[in-house]
Amino acid sequence: MTAATTPAKSGVKSVPGAPLLELDNVKMHFKTKGDGFLARGTKWVQAVDGVNLTLAPGETLGLVGESGCGKSTTARLITRLLEPTGGEIRYQGVDIAHMNERRLRPYRREIQLIFQDPYSSLNPRHTVGTIVGTALRTHDMVDKKGELARVQELLELVGLNPEHYNRYPHEFSGGQRQRIGIARALAARPKIIVADEPVSALDVSIQAQVMNLLENLRKELGIAFVFIAHDLGVVRHFCDRVAVMYLGRVVEQGPRDSLYEAPQHPYTQALLSAVPDIAVVRGVPPKNRIRLVGDVPSPVDPPSGCRFRTRCWKAQDICATNDPALEEKAPAQHVACHFAAPPAESIIAEVV
Amino acid sequence: MSDQTTQAPHTVARVPRTPSANEEPYLEVTDLHVQFPTADGLVKAVQGLSYSVPLRRTLAIVGESGSGKSVSSMAVLGLHDRRVARITGSIKVGGREVVGMSDKDLEGYRGGDASMIFQDPQSSLHPYFTVGDQIMESYRAHHNVSKRKAKERAVDMLGRVGIPNPRRRVDQYPHEFSGGMRQRAMIAMALVNDPKLLIADEPTTALDVTVQAQILDLIADLQRDFGSAVVFITHDLGVVAEIADDILVMYAGTAVEHGPVNKILGEPLHPYSWGLLESIPALTGEPAPLHPIPGSPPSLLAVPSGCPFHPRCEFKDRVPDDLCRTLKPELISRTADLGRTSRCHLKDPDKVFETDVLPRLP
Repeated sequence: MTAATTPAKSGVKSVPGAPLLELDNVKMHFKTKGDGFLARGTKWVQAVDGVNLTLAPGETLGLVGESGCGKSTTARLITRLLEPTGGEIRYQGVDIAHMNERRLRPYRREIQLIFQDPYSSLNPRHTVGTIVGTALRTHDMVDKKGELARVQELLELVGLNPEHYNRYPHEFSGGQRQRIGIARALAARPKIIVADEPVSALDVSIQAQVMNLLENLRKELGIAFVFIAHDLGVVRHFCDRVAVMYLGRVVEQGPRDSLYEAPQHPYTQALLSAVPDIAVVRGVPPKNRIRLVGDVPSPVDPPSGCRFRTRCWKAQDICATNDPALEEKAPAQHVACHFAAPPAESIIAEVV
Repeated sequence: MSDQTTQAPHTVARVPRTPSANEEPYLEVTDLHVQFPTADGLVKAVQGLSYSVPLRRTLAIVGESGSGKSVSSMAVLGLHDRRVARITGSIKVGGREVVGMSDKDLEGYRGGDASMIFQDPQSSLHPYFTVGDQIMESYRAHHNVSKRKAKERAVDMLGRVGIPNPRRRVDQYPHEFSGGMRQRAMIAMALVNDPKLLIADEPTTALDVTVQAQILDLIADLQRDFGSAVVFITHDLGVVAEIADDILVMYAGTAVEHGPVNKILGEPLHPYSWGLLESIPALTGEPAPLHPIPGSPPSLLAVPSGCPFHPRCEFKDRVPDDLCRTLKPELISRTADLGRTSRCHLKDPDKVFETDVLPRLP
């Protein structure tokens, strides 16, 4: 592996022909304190347990799933805010999973993160110019003279008034703050942006504005996105490919259209059928909703075999004993289920 | 292993709502104004709001943050501190006037005839008391019964809202419940006194979609059983389409459109409603660029003159004489259909919707 790497000018190495980003059996197990003496009773929260994902340049990959499924942990692993307890995270073929901070520095520039909450992710005591300028300085993007000009350029790029660089975050609305967060992520000229619920804290009309902005940036700058959201409509709008996570694992992934029109994993089907659809009032006959029983099991002690089996209507004995692997069931559509099959009829009501 | 060997999922039919009939209103809000004097000036949170909800009906109040939807609903329950809020107008619940009600009367009214489900069950349940204690307290405040009787009632209610093993759960603390179960416990608490009016303030916003689906089904079931009037506050138009009979769209403290849900979401007549519909990505079809409403909602300290929506409205040029900027339109019926009202100066909003808006809806 290392023999084939070619050092680039920026300090980022790459293996020719390797995908932009590759997660290979990545695991993140957090230790919980046991109630026994010394370390007895220590348990491990299996937040992410064997996730495989790939991302091509300029591609958008959506990560969906319910709270506690590990999608935010995955975002923090990709950006290396967390060090995984197992597996490899390869950026252009180079494993960055356990790299030390000094060697990681150039890679941090390439992969940036946008946070969910535009209120807590900006320092209230810093001006917008400082917030975006710090990102420029940290990554040595411009010399001191050019800093202000670049900050203003970035603010303009995300649709803010460049004259407002000396204002503080509280002077901006929620949507504008999210734009500041986006400008800060763009400062390093990243190849990948991991967006963790970037629009879910915003009002509907503002949400659409920010989504259009992200869409334009993606087209103009060719940045690849890992887009995390729980709103399936938003993900469908933005992403080329979608991966569905449940209890720390990817249960299904595939191209957007096949995943939404012919989901094969029972959990994906349940998730899609639970989305309230506005088309009902336009005379579209309402679809039956799959009701899942019970709650998501604890990631400390996940079910044996298939992790969804405790809530699955298709579950058989084999599901408890054999852990289904992600297999290609349709072109580019990978499903981890022993009984994967598209639904008898479309889950999403068709607008006629 | 589960004993389910069938290969069919457990499904729930989504029942389309029947159109509303003319019934005696249980909740009647007339010309409600809520204002908060602050150091920065007077915050006009609600301005001249009127609506009514009969028993067994659900009204959805839709709007963005700062539209006054929560403030007006809190006024219905008498939850505003009268030293801080100036409330004028009338709120009649079952014939009783709530505005200006004495604290003592309010105590009997709140949690009895009317109750509320809040958005965040985590912060609305007291972490120090068991779930059962909190439900019992609410029941005993309105019924002169023994603790044992009240506990029986609490267990019964937890069972009703679908919490498994309620006899054990009743003695547990909120942190031992999952998010969906906490919201169920809140609903149990809100319904323990058989309220005739239930106000649900974004009850599913903090929940995952599968849990949201369970809670929406539950509220609909309970409404059928208890025959309550429900006011459902949300910003999710998909949820509205499923659960509401009528819908009230609010913007900057005023109602901009009001009527049956299929009419308002099917053929809305107000540019703000159009903008909301155009902002929601669809689950089918080829994704097209969204047409968001430009700008952001106004500060309630300085509500724009005339129609409060005019600074963000793309159709204001079609109204002559700069009317949108100078004169606030009335909330009246704009078309032959008298069952619905909207607040807009446009001459023929139905035609504008057909020609300009409908083709670009996602």
